[in-house]
Amino acid sequence: MAIDVDVFKRVPVREQDASERAHNFEEVCYGYNAEEAMAEASRCIGCKNAPCMGGCPVSINIPGFIAKVKEGNFAEAFQIISESSALPAVCGRVCPQETQCEHRCIRGIKGEAVSIGKLERFVADWARENGIKPEPAKEKNGKKVAVIGSGPSGVTCAGDLAKMGYDVTIFEALHEPGGVLVYGIPEFRLPKEKVVKKEIENIKSLGVKIETNVVVGKSVTIDSLLEDEGFDAVFVGSGAGLPKFMGIPGENSNGVFSANEYLTRSNLMKAFDENSNTPIMHAKKVAVVGGGNVAMDAARTALRLGAETHIVYRRSEEELPARVEEVHHAKEEGIIFDLLTNPTEILADEKGWVCGIRCVKMELGEPDASGRRRPVVIPGSEFVMDVDAVIMSLGTSPNPLISSTTKGLDTNKWKCLVADEADGKTTKEGVYAGGDAVTGAATVILAMGAGKAAAKGIDEYIKSKN
Amino acid sequence: MVEKIISAGQRKEEDRVYSIVKTEQLTDTIYLMEVKAPRVAKNCLPGQFIIVRGSDDGERIPLTICDYNREEGTVTIVFQVVGAATEMMRNYKAGDAFADFVGPLGCHSELCDENIDDLKNKKILFVAGGVGTAPVYPQVKWLHENGVDADVIIGGRNKSLIILEDQMRTVAGNLYITTDDGSYGSKGVVTNEIQKLVDAGNKYDVCIAIGPMIMMKFVCKLTKELGIHTVVSLNPIMVDGTGMCGACRVTVGGEVKFACVDGPEFDGHLVDFDEAMKRQQIYKTAEGRAYLAAKEGDTHHGGCGNCGGDK
Repeated sequence: MAIDVDVFKRVPVREQDASERAHNFEEVCYGYNAEEAMAEASRCIGCKNAPCMGGCPVSINIPGFIAKVKEGNFAEAFQIISESSALPAVCGRVCPQETQCEHRCIRGIKGEAVSIGKLERFVADWARENGIKPEPAKEKNGKKVAVIGSGPSGVTCAGDLAKMGYDVTIFEALHEPGGVLVYGIPEFRLPKEKVVKKEIENIKSLGVKIETNVVVGKSVTIDSLLEDEGFDAVFVGSGAGLPKFMGIPGENSNGVFSANEYLTRSNLMKAFDENSNTPIMHAKKVAVVGGGNVAMDAARTALRLGAETHIVYRRSEEELPARVEEVHHAKEEGIIFDLLTNPTEILADEKGWVCGIRCVKMELGEPDASGRRRPVVIPGSEFVMDVDAVIMSLGTSPNPLISSTTKGLDTNKWKCLVADEADGKTTKEGVYAGGDAVTGAATVILAMGAGKAAAKGIDEYIKSKN
Repeated sequence: MVEKIISAGQRKEEDRVYSIVKTEQLTDTIYLMEVKAPRVAKNCLPGQFIIVRGSDDGERIPLTICDYNREEGTVTIVFQVVGAATEMMRNYKAGDAFADFVGPLGCHSELCDENIDDLKNKKILFVAGGVGTAPVYPQVKWLHENGVDADVIIGGRNKSLIILEDQMRTVAGNLYITTDDGSYGSKGVVTNEIQKLVDAGNKYDVCIAIGPMIMMKFVCKLTKELGIHTVVSLNPIMVDGTGMCGACRVTVGGEVKFACVDGPEFDGHLVDFDEAMKRQQIYKTAEGRAYLAAKEGDTHHGGCGNCGGDK
């Protein structure tokens, strides 16, 4: 049966019911089927100047692939996406399209923008289910490049270089490749076995080698990769994995976790599964401090592990840095938002376990340098929330391990690597960098864009040496 | 003198498997294993640790490096069976392999950074408690190889818990053994032995104490009174071991430190031991539950009052 299309409205996407999904780790969004995807694709007017492409950090030929979806030629749609993106099944799921490609969609002026993300996801899922892989390079050029970190920027850089004919090895510190895609983003937003593992396998099918359990700066240094192991260039995509804490009293009490620890236990170590060997605290009432996507992920994980879960955020809903879709999903599932609220102390019982969190209420004052209205404490508004666990989700910064063990690799005052935005060139010859290691915590797709730019920069550098 | 970090060079495919070259049972519950891990072996120094995962569904657990052979590309670990992960590992034989073995992690001992002539003029005392003897050994060995003979106290609850005595004897200056019950060496705890040595006129410039948290706490209490600078190696709960989660955070001198990247060695007189000991209890119930479930198999029905298995 054909689907009726209202050109001003998106073809709705099927989702798992909120009351059901609040108790499991299955994927929330089911995605489009072929009919739905073709119907949604028919809403694209195929603009010649395609403003949507300017909103995509890796410049996918969006009208091009959508035209193929409209025809039902999904295999060709996949090859068009693959020219620009190494992780379409991931990006179609986790990109903030509403501020990127979809934000610039002409359809969005009078009605709802075309669901570019959901269409990308459909194409990538279809290709995976039908065993279609990206095309490897026809010829090898005999040059070796080392990529540090197997997150979105490293994988994109490695994939692009492999397609150009380079012999690429990725070095990953954890036991599983994928970076934030495996340890950070939960199963219910991004399935690990079904999606992430398969996209990593696609990278391997391009000839990229992945060596896990190598902590660059400890197990090996950048200098020895260049001098002793014969690599012609190095890309640093080590991310921003160092968690921030508030520095308030009681923060080392039992039951206070960084979002990184909580999510790593649940996602990478599968602690949500009761058969897992890695434990996780099953709290009764949790306060997640912060308002970003990571805070939403931590809160929705805690909820699924059985806790009454509160988001504690010092500004108002308008300022929440998380994606609107994630906030919406969190609310549907029953997460309670305590806005304009800021913790001042974590209270613990005599055995050292969290028993409460002292907070103050805030109001928004004058805008600060960043243009956001600064939260100001309301005098006399102090109160105590009874909780048995607190998850700190205040952001992360780059790990200083690589910069501190590599001579000539400069960082700025935020410990981020100094690198050229256009080609990823750092202050050390032959070393390129991109993603969160350079920008601080940002998005998956921006990291991919940086990995892509660096692959081009590395290619030009190696060619210039010969 | 810091040894130059040497690259592992081009490695063969099979080297990537962390195969076990040798196993040795040291006591009822303590095991030694020599593991193939070339990148770790080439770049580690005393004081550092590794994280191991026994199998693909295993937990990541931190273990200190007890010895290393740069030529053979092997690293020696010593572990005590205390929970589900180590219970599984005890059954591994030579030829088996760990799923993952990552390192070296953490900072090396600060002794490795000192001028050798300065070290030779120092009186150094190591205090090793139980399985903590394993991380003490590479430090004493490293000093010995550089012409420095440090005094060592090894303490254990009873004779059967004293490990690595012969190895330690070949590298230590004076070696003292104590047991709580007097079944071997002097009777008493390690702090009695420290006091005895000082009373006998020994003067120490630095003490390095590694063992159970409670032992390190009491050693620090005593050495503070005696005015001996003391370094401890902390063993908090860890997940990644690379500084990305803060599970291992400890308070040292009023500041929050991550033991996996800032340590594991710290100035013992500045460590908040009470907090560190409380934090070690976080998963006690969960760990005990997994251990009991594995040990008792189908017959596991709780009764411990914590796990809910009887409900």
